[in-house]
Amino acid sequence: MRILGISAFYHDAAAALINDGEIKAAAQEERFTRKKHDASFPLNAIRFCLKDTATSIDSLDALVFYDKPMLKFERLLETYYGFAPRGLASFVTSIPVWLKEKVFLKKLIYDKLKDIEPYNKKKLKLLFTEHHLSHAASAYYPSGFDHAAIITVDGVGEWATASLSVGDRNTIKIIKELRFPHSLGLLYSAFTYYLGFRVNSGEYKLMGLAPYGIPDSDNVRKYYQLIKDHLVDIREDGSIWLNQRYFSYSTGLRMVNDKKWKKLFGLERRLPETEIKQQHCDMAYAIQQITEEIMRAMVRHAKDITGADALCLAGGVALNCVANGKILQDNLFKKIYIQPAAGDAGGAIGAALAAYHIFFGKPYIPLNTDMMKGSFLGPAYSNKEVEQMTSKYNASYLFFDDYNKLAEKTAQLIAEGKVVGWFQGRMEFGPRALGNRSILGDARNKEMQKKLNLKIKYRESFRPFAPAVLAEDNSNYFNLDISSPYMLLVAGVKENIRKPLPDNYFQLPLMQRLYVERSEIPAVTHIDLSARIQTVHKETNLRFWLLLQAFKKLTGCGILVNTSFNVRGEPIVCSPEDAYQCFMRTEMDYLIINDFLFDKQQQPQWKEEKDWKKLFVLD
Amino acid sequence: MDFLRDFWHYMKERKKWWLIPIIIIFILLGLLIVISSGSAIAPFIYTLF
Repeated sequence: MRILGISAFYHDAAAALINDGEIKAAAQEERFTRKKHDASFPLNAIRFCLKDTATSIDSLDALVFYDKPMLKFERLLETYYGFAPRGLASFVTSIPVWLKEKVFLKKLIYDKLKDIEPYNKKKLKLLFTEHHLSHAASAYYPSGFDHAAIITVDGVGEWATASLSVGDRNTIKIIKELRFPHSLGLLYSAFTYYLGFRVNSGEYKLMGLAPYGIPDSDNVRKYYQLIKDHLVDIREDGSIWLNQRYFSYSTGLRMVNDKKWKKLFGLERRLPETEIKQQHCDMAYAIQQITEEIMRAMVRHAKDITGADALCLAGGVALNCVANGKILQDNLFKKIYIQPAAGDAGGAIGAALAAYHIFFGKPYIPLNTDMMKGSFLGPAYSNKEVEQMTSKYNASYLFFDDYNKLAEKTAQLIAEGKVVGWFQGRMEFGPRALGNRSILGDARNKEMQKKLNLKIKYRESFRPFAPAVLAEDNSNYFNLDISSPYMLLVAGVKENIRKPLPDNYFQLPLMQRLYVERSEIPAVTHIDLSARIQTVHKETNLRFWLLLQAFKKLTGCGILVNTSFNVRGEPIVCSPEDAYQCFMRTEMDYLIINDFLFDKQQQPQWKEEKDWKKLFVLD
Repeated sequence: MDFLRDFWHYMKERKKWWLIPIIIIFILLGLLIVISSGSAIAPFIYTLF
């Protein structure tokens, strides 16, 4: 039974194809269109899924959309009605879009599919799942657990902003929901906006900024208390009530009421791309603390009322790996699974799986292994296709017949301090590059963070990098004794590899504090001595694992800096051509695509008519 | 037609009958906005407000 799941029209559009409950292919539309967070109908992603699995639209048993547009429209109208006459500007902006497109979503989907291939409309079964059920299914079914509590938290779906459900064999029963406008995701996004980052994309920057706040400082205490006294009421079960007097997202085109926030916090909204001051970091620290508090309360409550041993997490807030790390430390559940594509893109997988197991009633056979296959579900390119790309650009390369030799050579280059673009096999599904579309560097190199941020990625210098570590060596470097294959858990760097901090560490200006050498792996040790860990497993990514082994053999260290293969504002590269372009535009030293090695010094001069940086909107 | 059938199913399921007049007014208002944006009859509609 073949089912295609799609998500579109709100955030990250994506498509996923499952066959008899097994995830066969999945990809985000942004990777093909080269527009970050592209929300348009995922034509290219669907084409890829169909081609990769040799499926025609006519042979699909169902096509499932990841939420229910009528319920969303109901929420929209009830909200306008409830807040009227406030919200007229928002109404005038959003209603035309709804009346022209979103209300007639069925027709839109049927019509768009015609652009892919001719098909019999009457034969196609079109289904719609609830948004949070899609998220819940995306975490539960791939987890391999046969019974689990499932928590989903995001901005908003139809009405729900968070849900607690129980997965039992092939069923998912929703027990509780938190409803709009009270939303942890929107609370976090409100601070993302106020601190000068883009909503729906800059949340992870806020998370990265938070550790720069000074713990227990007067500022942090003040912000923390003000948020709790005026913005959010946290209940024992982790549900929240947001004081709408301070927020504008229900009726306006902004997240918050800037004037009221300025009066409350005594701090003006930071404008994008302006200087980051200590107060901004302290505010980020305070909201991160509160987010963790809420998430931990939700998890405690889930344990109390379900008694389950396993926990599954999904929804955009589940990408908050710092909060996930704290949940893990609380040790309430024996097993935790977090969907790697926890945001809306993953809803495509969840929608398809929910239809298969719940609508069609097909059995679920928990294998106790992760069914996401390392999240390597996207397109792969053959050596022949790479060669075609090299002809187009007249690129110079070395070809390696023996992969071990390529791994040894790459390890040697990285150990010499070179930055390497690494492109292998199937592209990752979800927001993280996990070793198939990555930029790699030496984690021991104290200049590496600066170099990667400023010369390769062209992004803000405060942002941390993640380590990819051999799964076997994980506990030698980090205070984490379980695997973290999807970079979704943050844990402390082991005490024995930390370096003593200067006494005035917290008094140092931001950038000076950043460049203090904090451990033996400074490029991946964040300002608070934590790391966002990716454990690399032989079973899911043999080539990357062998590269780490080669690096360890050479240096004694089984860790590399792993960051996504893109520049700021650009989606992660998809094809060899995207990779080569990114390589030539930046100060990356080497590029490896499959078995080809490209040396920057040997390439023909790179010329572009237009300023390529203008191609990508800064995120 | 698909839309009307779905709308009827939605109403039967949700039973939010009190929403009908609001939906009708909002849809009419919305349609007015859609029609008025960039159409030839826009000047006549503006005079209505």
